[in-house]
Parts: sequence; C-alpha cells; structure tokens
Amino acid sequence: MVKDRYDIVVIGAGPAGSVAARYAAENGASVLMLERDREPGIPVRCAEGVSHNGIAPFIDIDKRWIASQIDVAKLTSPNGESAFMHNNGLGYVLERRIFDTALCALAAKHGARLITKADALDLIKENDKITGVKYRYMGETREVKCDIVIAADGTESRVGRWAGINTTVALRDIDTCVQYTLAGLDLKKDTCEFYFGNEVSPGGYIWIFPKSDSTANVGIGIAGHLSHEKGPKEYLDEFVAERFPNATITYTMYGGVPTAATLKEIVRDNIMLVGDAARQVNPITGGGVVQGMIAGSIAGKVAAEAVNQGQFDAKFLKKYRKEWDKTLGNTQKVMHSMKEKFLFMTDERFNNLVSYCKKIPSDKFSLKVLFTEAVKGDPKLMLDVAKSFVVSKIKLK
Amino acid sequence: MKVIHELCDICGTCVAVCPVDAITVSEFNVEIDNDICTNCLNCLKVCPAKAIVEGE
Ligand SMILES: Cc1cc2nc3c(=O)[nH]c(=O)nc-3n(C[C@H](O)[C@H](O)[C@H](O)COP(=O)(O)OP(=O)(O)OC[C@H]3O[C@@H](n4cnc5c(N)ncnc54)[C@H](O)[C@@H]3O)c2cc1C
Ligand code: SF4
Ligand code: SF4
Repeated sequence: MVKDRYDIVVIGAGPAGSVAARYAAENGASVLMLERDREPGIPVRCAEGVSHNGIAPFIDIDKRWIASQIDVAKLTSPNGESAFMHNNGLGYVLERRIFDTALCALAAKHGARLITKADALDLIKENDKITGVKYRYMGETREVKCDIVIAADGTESRVGRWAGINTTVALRDIDTCVQYTLAGLDLKKDTCEFYFGNEVSPGGYIWIFPKSDSTANVGIGIAGHLSHEKGPKEYLDEFVAERFPNATITYTMYGGVPTAATLKEIVRDNIMLVGDAARQVNPITGGGVVQGMIAGSIAGKVAAEAVNQGQFDAKFLKKYRKEWDKTLGNTQKVMHSMKEKFLFMTDERFNNLVSYCKKIPSDKFSLKVLFTEAVKGDPKLMLDVAKSFVVSKIKLK
Repeated sequence: MKVIHELCDICGTCVAVCPVDAITVSEFNVEIDNDICTNCLNCLKVCPAKAIVEGE
C-alpha cells in the first residue's frame, strides 16, 4: 500500500533520484519515488558512457547492464587528424534501461518505495510552505504529504520552478542532441570516438560509443545558440552518411543536456534539487550520470539527517550545497569557464591542439594534458584547471 | 507557439530553456500555453526534432 505521508518524496527515478532515495532510506527516512514513465530508464536519452571509478562506489558492477568496456578514447580534429588517449581509466557503455532499474531496485532494498506512471503535477503548499506533492496516477489525481521534496526531474526541471527557483538554462548552455543506435558496423569495441569542429558539430561534438563490435550509440550535441536551420540532425546525418553509409538505425532519440554551472539555488525550505534538474552535468563532456549519483548520495544523506533532527529549512539543507561544491561543484564551475575555450574554439586551434596531443605518447596523454593545452595563454584558467584536477579526488561515504 | 505532435519526442529540451514555464510535459504529450508564452523563440531554436513552429 502506498501511504499518504512519507518523510521524503523524490520526483524522478533517474540515477540522481534513485541514489538520493537509496541514501535517504538507508539513513532512516521513509521515502517515496514518483516516476512519470512506465519504467525507470526508458526511453533512454543518453550515450551511456561512464567511468568505472564513477559508478563503482554506488553499485556492484554487473554484466547485465554493461554493453562494453572502454579503454581508449580517440579524438579527431576538423582536419581529420586523430589523437589516442589510453590512460584515462576504465570506462563502460551501459545499458541504461537495465542500469536505472537496478539503481531503483537498490533503493527499494534499502526501504524506498517507487511508483511508476506517477506524474507529479504540482507542489502542495500551506501558507507558502511546501508540504507535499500532487500527482496523477493512472488517470487519478492523488496527494502525498512529506517534509522534504527531492526534485530529480531531469533536464525539464519544472519542480524547482514550482518552488520559485529559476531553473531556466541559457541557449548557449544547452546542448541540443540527436542520437542513433546503429547496427551493421565494424568497430573496435574498446574505443570511444569524439569528433570536433565547427562544420562537424558547432559548440559540441559527435560521439561513437560502441555497444558491441557491430553496434554503437552515434550521436551529436550542438550548442543551443548555434542551432539554426541546420540543426543537430542535419549534422549527424551528414556524418553518418559518410562514415557508416550502410548502417541500419535501430533507435532514434532526441534530447537536451544542460551544460551550465550548478544553479545558484539548489535548496529552499523543504526542497532540494539534484542531477540534471540542478544542472550538475559536466559542462564539457555533457556527462551527468555519475554527477547525478554523487549529488544524489549527498542530498539523500543530508535529507535523512534533516528528518532525524526535524529541521527542514534551507539553512539546514544548505549542507548539501556545501558538500556538493566541495566534491564536484567547484570543479564544474571551472569546467564551465573552460567550455567556452574548448568547445567554442576555431577549427585551426582544434587542429593544432590535436597535432600537439598526437605527439604525446598515448599512455601519457590524459584529459589534464588536453585541457591544460587547450587553455594555454590564459594563466588564470590554467591555474584553475590544474587545481580542479587536484581536487577532483572524490570523497564518498 | 505550437508543438507538432507527430515530430515531438517528448525530450524536454524546450522546457529547460523556456523562461516563463509555458511548456508542460506528460508521459505522452507536450503542450505550450500560449497565454503564458512570450514568443521568445528559445524553444523553437533548441528543439532537436524541429517539432515547434510559430502560431497557435
Ligand atoms: C543525447 C544524450 C547523451 C548523453 N550521454 C551521456 C553519457 O554518455 N554519459 C553520461 O554520464 N551522461 C550522458 N548524458 C546525460 C545523462 O543522460 C543525464 O545527465 C542523466 O540521465 C541525469 O540523471 P537524472 O537522474 O538527473 O535525470 P534523468 O535521468 O533525466 O531522470 C529524470 C526522471 O524524472 C522523470 N520525471 C520528470 N518529470 C517528472 C514528473 N513531473 N513526475 C514524475 N517523474 C518525472 C523522468 O521521466 C525521468 O525518468 C546524455 C544526455 C543526452 C540527452
Ligand atoms: S524539444 Fe522538441 S522534441 Fe523535445 S519535447 Fe520539446 S517539442 Fe518535443
Ligand atoms: S517561445 Fe519562449 S516563452 Fe514561448 S514557449 Fe517557447 S520558450 Fe517559452
């Protein structure tokens, strides 16, 4: 039976929401998750690339949700030169449909409850104080009361708006994306590929993330303000026609990635925002799965602490903000300034950058080397980059 | 603004850039409330499926 009151209601059962629910429940709170779709993880709106070190703290690695292991990253510049990166740590291409469900199962194991096909419609407020959530379930409008709402509703981030928080993303800080899953390819299963250039993917990149040696997620994200008549689909179709003329498309998906810095406000009295909803994505790579899980774990623990102490005001919940900034938020801010340098580079700079990286032995070539070279000539940013690579040793538990 | 439902993938990208929260989403549908919309065209520019057009 679903009760009509929980300590915490989490809206959205993506990685951020389910990890928040798990940590809140594990630390003693009663938790209900509401998910609009019929199943967590679908429709998949993701290239499904993650690092081993990013997900391992949260869930035991399970073959069921790993499509392939990635050891090599290949970066290709506008003039077609490529540099290979070998020592960036082990990565995976996931099956998010199974992965997201596994995270929900883990939350359930720790006592959290999930309802699918439950679409949150609004926050319930009494004298301006958030006291619950109104949602639609199978055509019926229901209410659930709670002390804390965790908004994990992804890119849309409407729940935060209902609480009065401005979650709108600027056009240059949204990547507009199209992805195909292609079959009938001939690929190296351990190599993910990235293609850059203002004619290839303005303000973003094209990716090839293999799911097997004959299938891959092939997609594109371009900066919102650079999408005109020629949108992401036109760019991607050109690329696919040239690179994979005989491929079959088994899945077509559209999506948007907020590549901003974290929102100014991610807590208010009785509410916390996590994951894409809080704009916690890596602004350069667009990766948000691990970022959302890290934010979710911090938010879930702070929310449980709030429940234990009976303190639900923004002042208390700000602990989450502080901890997030220390863990990843400050690094994300640096990445956001770096994005301007990196993804909005001229083609000539890109060509030079890849030429330079090509000369570095592939086992010495890392993201740090790449970014440091990319921001050369900007001493302040160089220092920030160096610092961010020192701080990003993530503390958990 | 108007959503062409045959093209819309319900991806939520338009919602993220709407400054006035004029766009609502459900499992199977996306709608724009033209009483709230200010015609800023943000949604039209970022829609990856080109599913948004001007007009009511
Ligand atoms: C094309 C593309 C490629 C990407 N590739 C990668 C990648 O390779 N690696 C990576 O790490 N990240 C990638 N990302 C980003 C990643 O997908 C997101 O950052 C991640 O899914 C965010 O997790 P989340 O839990 O915050 O939100 P989501 O996973 O979006 O989950 C939000 C959930 O909330 C639900 N919801 C929304 N509103 C309501 C409501 N009102 N009521 C109930 N439920 C609601 C939604 O149905 C959804 O299930 C990519 C994104 C895109 C678009
Ligand atoms: S951005 Fe386009 S495809 Fe995505 S929900 Fe909005 S109208 Fe639909
Ligand atoms: S035109 Fe602007 S205000 Fe109107 S729905 Fe689109 S984004 Fe919102």
